Amino acid sequence: MKHAHAQSRDSVKMAAGQQWVLVEMVQAFYEAPAYHLILEGILILWIIRLLFSKTYKLQERSDLTEKEKEELIEEWQPEPLVPPVSKDHPSLNYDVVTGPPSHKIIVNGKECINFASFNFLGLLDSERVKLKALLSLKKYGVGTCGPRGFYGTFDVHLELEERLAKFMRTEEAIIYSYGFATIASAIPAYSKRGDIIFVDEAACFSIQKGLQASRSFVKHFKHNDMEDLERLLKEQEIEDQKNPRKARVIRRFIVVEGLYINTADICPLPDLVKLKYKYKVRIFLEESMSFGVLGEHGRGVTEHFGVNIDDIDLISANMENALASIGGFCCGRSFVIDHQRLSGQGYCFSASLPPMLASAAIEALNIMEEDPGIFRVLQDKCKHVHKALQGTPGLKVVGEPLAPALHLQLENSTGSRTNDLKLLRAIVDYSMDRQIALTLARYLEKEERFLPPPSIRVVVTVEQTQEEIERAAQCIREAAVKILK
Amino acid sequence: MTSLKYRRVNVSDEHHLRNGALKAHSDLKQGSNNLKNGYHVTEKVQKNGNGDSFYQPRVRGEDSFEEAPMYVAVMTYMGYGIVILFGYFRDFLRAVGLEKCHQAQEREEQKDFVPLYQDFENFYKRNLYMRVRDNWNRPICSLPGPVFDVMERVSDDYNWTFRLTGKTIENVINMGSYNYLGFAENNVDFLKTVAEETRQYGVGVCSTRQELGNLSIHEKLERLVAEFLGVESAMAFGMGFATNSMNIPALVGKGCLILSDELNHTSLILGARLSGATIRVFKHNNMQSLEKLLKEAICSGQPRTHRGWKKILIMVEGIYSMEGSLVRLPEILALKKKYKAYLYLDEAHSIGAVGPTGRGVTEHFGVDPNEVDVLMGTFTKSFGATGGYIAGKKELVDYLRSHSHSAVYATAMSPPVVEQIIRAIKCIMGVDGTTEGKQQIRQLSENTRYLRSRLKEMGFIIYGNQDSPVVPLLLYLPGKVGAFSRAMLKRKIGVVVVGFPATPIAEARARFCVSAAHTREMLDKVINYNTQHLTDLSYLLWYSFVFFLNCYS
Repeated sequence: MKHAHAQSRDSVKMAAGQQWVLVEMVQAFYEAPAYHLILEGILILWIIRLLFSKTYKLQERSDLTEKEKEELIEEWQPEPLVPPVSKDHPSLNYDVVTGPPSHKIIVNGKECINFASFNFLGLLDSERVKLKALLSLKKYGVGTCGPRGFYGTFDVHLELEERLAKFMRTEEAIIYSYGFATIASAIPAYSKRGDIIFVDEAACFSIQKGLQASRSFVKHFKHNDMEDLERLLKEQEIEDQKNPRKARVIRRFIVVEGLYINTADICPLPDLVKLKYKYKVRIFLEESMSFGVLGEHGRGVTEHFGVNIDDIDLISANMENALASIGGFCCGRSFVIDHQRLSGQGYCFSASLPPMLASAAIEALNIMEEDPGIFRVLQDKCKHVHKALQGTPGLKVVGEPLAPALHLQLENSTGSRTNDLKLLRAIVDYSMDRQIALTLARYLEKEERFLPPPSIRVVVTVEQTQEEIERAAQCIREAAVKILK
Repeated sequence: MTSLKYRRVNVSDEHHLRNGALKAHSDLKQGSNNLKNGYHVTEKVQKNGNGDSFYQPRVRGEDSFEEAPMYVAVMTYMGYGIVILFGYFRDFLRAVGLEKCHQAQEREEQKDFVPLYQDFENFYKRNLYMRVRDNWNRPICSLPGPVFDVMERVSDDYNWTFRLTGKTIENVINMGSYNYLGFAENNVDFLKTVAEETRQYGVGVCSTRQELGNLSIHEKLERLVAEFLGVESAMAFGMGFATNSMNIPALVGKGCLILSDELNHTSLILGARLSGATIRVFKHNNMQSLEKLLKEAICSGQPRTHRGWKKILIMVEGIYSMEGSLVRLPEILALKKKYKAYLYLDEAHSIGAVGPTGRGVTEHFGVDPNEVDVLMGTFTKSFGATGGYIAGKKELVDYLRSHSHSAVYATAMSPPVVEQIIRAIKCIMGVDGTTEGKQQIRQLSENTRYLRSRLKEMGFIIYGNQDSPVVPLLLYLPGKVGAFSRAMLKRKIGVVVVGFPATPIAEARARFCVSAAHTREMLDKVINYNTQHLTDLSYLLWYSFVFFLNCYS
């Protein structure tokens, strides 16, 4: 106590004013009754105990002993890694193609005319393309043995990117080594958690995976229904007004396909562009089915509608259909595209496209540029096929006359998807016996967000002659009459 | 070895990456013993292994993760600090218009849209990456063999854009490509079959496996892969990255648990994320951490509902591409059996590259490949092609055939690429009637040991396992990253350098990928230039200084 006094005296000496408070406190301490002090002491100890004791005592009680843990581990039985697949599962036994899948294709040992591969421009069989690929093989070998960042960038990649950008009349293009990975990597490169994506219900699977990877809010609008889209956009606008500060950082995107692979119809692009500027939403356009198909020069749906390509923020397409090579690309303004060179996962973390496949794509582009008439031919054939298939009994043609890959769906479903598929498969088999190669459109039934009805895919290519188209239509008609009765 | 520099070798499980310098002195001795003996001891093992002893267990070798001396760590953080401060300063200059902004700008029409990028996202790219951007994406114009030709490019605007000068830097030693067995080649005789397939098939397929893209050569390849790996069945896919990201969701889903190594590749992480399963991460190659998670998971079940997990999948890689470390396969297999979990082994870098006959880590450890539930690998690296595979029990592969995203929605593999893989596997297996494949595997292993032991002898800090052809050499300082790569290119050596965010912030490194095609002279040249450049301490300061100034020089 003396010590305390001495101290307080010292501090009084050192400074005045404030120090008096301390002295008063010490004095009050002396004057306080003993029971008060004891009570306060207990309270302080209580607080210290509360601070340092564990908060949830309940948990302590439920802790398992080592033995119990071992029992639990012993008891736990996992499900098998994969459920068993029955031997006759419809998607287990693939059709086997021997030889090239070109205009004439050998399926399960039978030579057929190909109405199933997306070889729209017949470039798969082109001698010129093959020759370029061979030259490239001679120079570069096959693989690149590295991602683009680590010595996997070859001169042919740069050339292909430049050529694609020039062909599409955009500032920049970027290539991926796998068609599926293109849009699936591009979407999450821009759209992050908290951002909003408006997407068409009929969007293809790779878009769905891109949306999932982005972890953004996804809002589906009815297929090609601009009113429904505008309804969603308006809803969002109201939402934004409630919290304008948050709204300023939420990015918004509309993701659509140019020509839908699942429904074979074209998106109303001019309306979309109007909505884009009205609601300030960016548009990502997937053109795998329309690139090299629609438009006077095959530039796709922008050219088809005469929409300024700069109004579309990002266009993605694969090089596996019309270009008949492997891989995919995105194109648009450098401001947008360049970002993927560090953020596109499928671009950064995957080996680059084998140079021979890039060379083949360059030569295919050459052919497309030299002979734009080819698109006219394709479009005429598409119309022809569309017309020839009309009136098939029991089957309806789904898709627009300009679509190169149509769907034939049952007019009257049997009520069960499995039976529908069986009927359609019987039609495919009947046609294959008569040298028309068709295929069922395949989907992962449990994974698709909006599962399209079962259908037969009919693909148009420039190599199919008038006569072959008539024969195919005739054959499908016969099969339908016979099988659907 | 100075007192500042602790040599720490990952001898037992407790010794985990960066877990502090416990027992530094006892390890000091052990580590240097290993270093001296390692080469000979394992050499003997290797000779034994060349016989028919397919399942003979062998010495794993140690993963070393040596820690840097303190002053290096301090310098490294200082380096980043300086660059970041400088970055803020330059951003300020840009904001007030004193410095020209080279970045591509948003269109006038869309200036009032929500910005596509948030400003801080781009800080790193604009202020750090831009300074050293010339060390990545270097275009080459030849085969990615043991040497390649790099196209010279210059920048007139401090790396914002590049201009190709039209000149090439010829015969640069390639230490960057994953050409482990040297199958990246353009010898006409070797590629005869590939050329034939191209002539016959063209390059594309234009359909998916489930529709009309299932070519007989795809099935041939799959049978061969299964035979090569010694398992029942296999399926091949067109892209290695997608093999992971598109098949993991078919195997696990909601109510399942994925235990993933912290250093797993992005494709595994993406696949896990897309699957909808719960993901928990264990420390790199740390068995205690894995076992703790396994125990906890089974005992407490799913969060909230406490229902038991449907299944637990452990995801690991054979060789980790940034660390060069080898998976602890035998230990993991024991844990997996004890806790009834499944194992997904990604052999992207290890298939072909380790094991006496190139069958990957299972062979390296003398483990029956059928014990691993899912064997995944890529064709990009050792086989000089592109794509990936999944192999295992017939039920697994049958299930993937009907449920893999890739089989249903992605275009099938290009026929010439398929043929290249077939050719490479046949060569490795020796069914083409030559011993070429075997020789290449032996050569790779010799080259790996040689480069690793020489670099270690010289005192460089090298990460990873003695048998791993991925050789990361630690550079630490951000300034060194760019300077090292440039200096090496000047001496006609192409190296890969990686820094943050691909590595932990203080562990920037150069990565050498050894190839069977490298000659002893090439490796010696690499080693000599390394020493000349990196051992001199004065360079540390000099590099930092150069890095600091290079934008204005």
